[in-house]
Amino acid sequence: MKVLIFGAARDIIGKRELDFPLPTNPSVKSFRENIFKEFPELKKLNALAFAVNEEYANDDDVLKNQDVVALIPPVSGG
Amino acid sequence: MKKNIHLSAEPLEIGTCRDFASGNSNGAECIFIGTVRNATDGRTVHQLHFECYESMAMKEMDKIAGKALEQFEISAIAIHHRIGTLAIGDIPVIIAVGAAHRGAAFSACQFAIDTLKESVPIWKKEFFEDGEVWVSAHP
Repeated sequence: MKVLIFGAARDIIGKRELDFPLPTNPSVKSFRENIFKEFPELKKLNALAFAVNEEYANDDDVLKNQDVVALIPPVSGG
Repeated sequence: MKKNIHLSAEPLEIGTCRDFASGNSNGAECIFIGTVRNATDGRTVHQLHFECYESMAMKEMDKIAGKALEQFEISAIAIHHRIGTLAIGDIPVIIAVGAAHRGAAFSACQFAIDTLKESVPIWKKEFFEDGEVWVSAHP
């Protein structure tokens, strides 16, 4: 799965983009657990939301290999 | 009913936003201009850097404009946001709303900027004398 990484999350991971394996149980919740396991520093963020194909995702949304997932740290536009 | 969404590294234009929101049926135009402030919690800010998830940010801003047109009695709304490096006094965001009456124009403008700050994937980094920080990212 292609993963896009922004803002403070990118500073932690050190990359703008990652290829990350689809979780065995392909839910957003499992993906969250796996990415936090791989990059424990992400827990230091105030919050971390996920987008799938440019839409905010819920924990129980199901992922597919061709989805584009984005890590969305707290937004601060305006 | 019309909406105009714009995301750019170039300086934003107040006149362009106002022109879009203007119309003969309007009795009010409300324009919110966000500006870069020189301090945060007493610390001097030298510049800001904005980055975004462009395709999703455009979608989210479009949703906000659509909701504003649905929820308030307005005729048009423009939402323009700038990205890249900005200096003190520069304009990162403009929201212009046209409406028959001022109440709806004020309300829609407030709704749009409040929602933008909550949901649009744009991130701001503040540069201080002694370091830099992504706003709101850490406790």
